[in-house]
This record gives sequence, structure tokens and C-alpha cells, in this order.
Amino acid sequence: MTKYIIQRLLVSIPVFFGITIIVYALYALAPGDPIVNIVGQQVFETMKPEEIQVVRQQYGLDKPWYVRYARWLGRALQGDLGYPLKGNRTVVEWLGERIGPTLLLMGTSMLLALAIGVPMGIIMALKKYSFLDYFLTVVAFAQLSVPAFFLALAFMYIFSLWLAILPTHGMATIGAPFSLWDRIQHLVLPTIIMGVFSAGHWARYTRMSVLEVMHMDYVTVARAKGLRERVVVLRHILRNALLPLVTVVALSLPSLLGGAIIIETIFQWPGMGMLGWRATAGRDYPMLMGLMLLSATMILLSNLLADVLYGIVDPRIRYD
Amino acid sequence: MSSRTVRTEGTQPQPSANDQLRFRQVESPSKRAIRRFFRHKLARFGLAVLAIMAFVAIAAPVIAPYSFRAQDLDHPRNAPSAAHLLGTDSFGRDVLSRLIYGARVSLSVGLVAVGIYEMIAIILGAISGYYGGKADWIIMRIVDIVMTFPTLMIILFLVALLGPSIFNVMIAIGIVGWTGPTRLIRGQILQIRELDYVLAARSVGVQNVRMIVQHILPGVIAPLVVHATFGVAGAILTEAGLSFLGLGILPPAASWGNMMSEAQELIILKRMPWLWAPPGVAIMLAVLSINFIGDGLRDAFDPRGMHGS
Repeated sequence: MTKYIIQRLLVSIPVFFGITIIVYALYALAPGDPIVNIVGQQVFETMKPEEIQVVRQQYGLDKPWYVRYARWLGRALQGDLGYPLKGNRTVVEWLGERIGPTLLLMGTSMLLALAIGVPMGIIMALKKYSFLDYFLTVVAFAQLSVPAFFLALAFMYIFSLWLAILPTHGMATIGAPFSLWDRIQHLVLPTIIMGVFSAGHWARYTRMSVLEVMHMDYVTVARAKGLRERVVVLRHILRNALLPLVTVVALSLPSLLGGAIIIETIFQWPGMGMLGWRATAGRDYPMLMGLMLLSATMILLSNLLADVLYGIVDPRIRYD
Repeated sequence: MSSRTVRTEGTQPQPSANDQLRFRQVESPSKRAIRRFFRHKLARFGLAVLAIMAFVAIAAPVIAPYSFRAQDLDHPRNAPSAAHLLGTDSFGRDVLSRLIYGARVSLSVGLVAVGIYEMIAIILGAISGYYGGKADWIIMRIVDIVMTFPTLMIILFLVALLGPSIFNVMIAIGIVGWTGPTRLIRGQILQIRELDYVLAARSVGVQNVRMIVQHILPGVIAPLVVHATFGVAGAILTEAGLSFLGLGILPPAASWGNMMSEAQELIILKRMPWLWAPPGVAIMLAVLSINFIGDGLRDAFDPRGMHGS
């Protein structure tokens, strides 16, 4: 078991370096001279070539790309990701501030999605070909097909403007003292949107998994043994069908990061997604690089976690 | 048994018309697949809707009452009326016309972006699965690395680099999407490689490239088409999201996504639903139909779910 974990860790290291290379390469491809960002557009136009050269040397921009990459990487590993183009805090500070809300949103919506989707999938599989199955299939499809922002706008329209029972933007009412109920109210809409969205995906996956297990020999044996249907379903079918779900959940944690961008922007939720949107609109490369590095690292770690979990859950994998 | 006249003189007993042996025409796999596809109710529905949309997209200049960019600053933000069936937007442009032209954008972005990445995936997947060895290892490591990034984030970065435009959106989605299908194709090829008919072809002397193209790739097409179909649906959603955020296709070009971006202002959201509801429904309908088609295709090619999806 430990050997397996160490193996996975070792493989992850070159992947991590690959990530850093890609992030840096994307930045290096960016058009525009970084000097412009440093001294400002007007000053740049009035500078003489020798002056530009001096500034370049000062910032080490005249060194070959691998040296610059190594220096960037060195600083990044020490936790220094530089400054964004706008704003006066460091990138790391921005990220640290914004990651909490995003995780909150992600976590709650994933729990909601699982709570809705998994039972849906189980019902769909156990009652295959019934009216319920078809109905839920259409529902699951609809969930997958609705553009997230459309659903968000529609819900905002219904609940915030028409019925006026939920707030539209932000994490908390501005200026009001901290109130848990207020926070919850703000959390409801974005969470429902994101949760409903992924519920369809979980339903389909659970359905496939349960269907696969249902046809296995040991289920037939269990029934032949005379066990009650309930026991067959709970102990044999569901337990085996849901175990791999655990690892899939772990694997899909990072994809939540991406989906948040649109929802966060619509609801003005102060998280990493909105940060990414602003950075893209403003061509803020240091921020984008920091974001990408952080997201990719988080994904790498959760992949590792998923693999380890899978190893724990399914002994066949361990002795590969 | 029905009555049979038996000849007694040395001639072969001819079966009577009653029990003439009828050989059923052996149905080719493609015909069978097509038949299974059309049995799928939802897929039929999806195909019908998509066909209508494709027609609307192609015939846009003829069908649309106004040009999508014709501004009428005397009548901005009008509610639906006889002159403008779906009202006008903030610049007085006709919403219905923009909706019709938007179909062009969505469908073309979906098809082109998916076309790009499926082609990349076929090439890389074939090299990886067929030749194996070092090339396979390198390609799979690159796939691992690229898959570690959240897709939307890479797309955002690429759009930040290249600037918002319809081509850049196609390219960005194409650059990000090839990893999944590459793995899929590689897996399929690894399976097909072991099949008997490949061995037979090799023993007759079929060379590598011809082997891949003529013998192996046809087996890959079925799951690939299913994957590509779902990919188009996803690409349409992605493009709509990007345009909505102002990072994809910018006005005055008409995209269902950017038609909805005005609705971020609460006034518009509340008072002018004709601006944002129709494009949203259009996107939903398009993606839903394509998803149904994809599901029908998947059932048609492989009803018992033997191959992984």
C-alpha cells in the first residue's frame, strides 16, 4: 500500500513540473512587451533603446527563457507569485482571500448535487424502463443541457426580482453585521444552480454504475441464496456500485473550480472564479498564472487523493 | 409441416410455395445501427429539432426580417410588437433576427471546434495506441498534464492571449478538447489491435499506415462519433458562456450568449425578459437535441453498453 502511494507521488512530480512549464509557456506567448507593464505605456514610448535595455537587464528580462523560467519557478515555490497588474496586494494575497468563498460554494453545491443526483440514479437503475426512469432521464438531460447562466438568470428573475425573497448579489448584505441567516440566503441561489446542474451528471453516472453491478454474478447468487430483495439491494448492489463513486467524486472536485467562473460572475460572488474573469478581461497575466498554477496544483493533489482512495477501496488495484 | 409434393422420379424434390425457404437478407451493421437509432424516441425528436435549426442557420439571410446589426436608435428596448416579433435590444436591433443569426454562430463553433480536436485526437490517439512505446508514453504524459488544468481556465487564458473573436473561441476550445478523445481512441485501438482480423491483415502483408487507416480506424469511428456529438453540445455551451461574459464573440456579431449578457443588469433582467429568455431557450433546445441525438447514437452503436462510454 505504501509502495503504491509512493509510486503515485513520484509520478506526480514530473506532472507538476509539466504544469509549471505549460503555465509559464502560455505567459511567454503573451503578446506585448513586459517592459510596458512595468514602466507604463507613455514612459515606454519616450524611452531610448539604451534605457529600455537597462530596464531589461535590471529585471533580468534579457536572460534566456529557461533562466527566467527557473527564477519564476523558484519564487513561486517559495510562495511569491508576484503582483497583479491592478491592485496593490500580492497575487498570493488575492488568491488567499478569494479561495474561501469559492470552496464554500463548491462544497455546498457538490453536496446538494450528490444528495439529489445519487438517489435519482439509483431509482433510475432499479426501475429501468419504467415511466420513472424515462422521466428522470429527461430531467437529467435537461439539467445537462441548460446553460448555467440561463438557469441563473431565470432563477434570479423568479426568486429575487419577482418574488423578492432572495438577494441577488454578493455573499452578504453590505454594511450589515454578520448574520448566519443572511449568509445562507445569499448562498442559496448560486448553490442551487450549481448543484442542480451537476445533479444530472451524478444521476447518469450512478445509474450506469448500478446497472453494471446489477448484472453481476454475485447478485444472482445472492438472490438464489434466498436473501430478501432489500438485503440484496443494500448490501450487495449499492455497496459495490457506490464505492467507485467515492473516487469519482474526489476526481471531480477540481472541475468545480472551472464551473464557478460564470456563476460567480453573475452573482458577484467574491471567489476565484470572478477573479479569473476579471483577470482575463484585463489581460492580467500574473494573476492568471497564479490562478492556473493554484488550480492545477489542487487538481493534481485531488487526483492523487482519488488514486489513493481507489487503492484503499479496491484491493485489486494495489498489487498492480 | 405443410404438404409437400414428392416426385418419385429421380428429380430433386421441389419445395412447394408454402414452405419455400426464405433467406432473410443479412442486415449490415450500419443498417442495423440506423434502425436502432430511429427507434429511439428522444433521438428522433432531437434530430428533427436540429434539422430545423440547421435550416434556419443556413437560410438566415433569407428568413431574418432584419439584418442582425441594423440599429434603430429611435426604438431601443421595445417590447415585442408587430414590427419586431421579439422586440429590440438596447441599440434597437431586432431580437428575432439576431436569434436567427445566432444559430449560425452556435452551430458553426460547435462543429468546427469539435472537428479540430477530434482530428488532433485521431492522429495522436492512433500514434499512441498503434505504435506504443516512447511516443505513447510521451503523449500520455502530456495528456495527463493538460488534463490537470481546469478546462475553462485554459480557455480563459487563451482568450486573454488571443483576444475575443469567433475564430479564437473555436481554436481555444479545440486546443483544450483533444485530451479526452485521445485517451478514448487510444483505448479503442489497443483493443482493436488484438482482434483477429487485424492479425489476418498483417499476415497478408498490410503495412502500418494502411493498416491504421483501413482496418483499425473504422472500428474507432462509432465511439468517436458519439463522443463528438456530445462534444458539440458542450462546445455550444462553452461558447455561449464565453460570449455571455464578454470574452467570446462580441457585439455587433450575434451570438446567443452575448444576447444574454445585457441581462446582467437588473433592470433588463426584470423588465425586459424578451431580451434574454429567447436566446436561453434556443441554447437549451439546441444542446438538448444534440444530447438526445448523442444518446440515440450511443444506443444504436452499442445497445448492450459493452464498450465504455
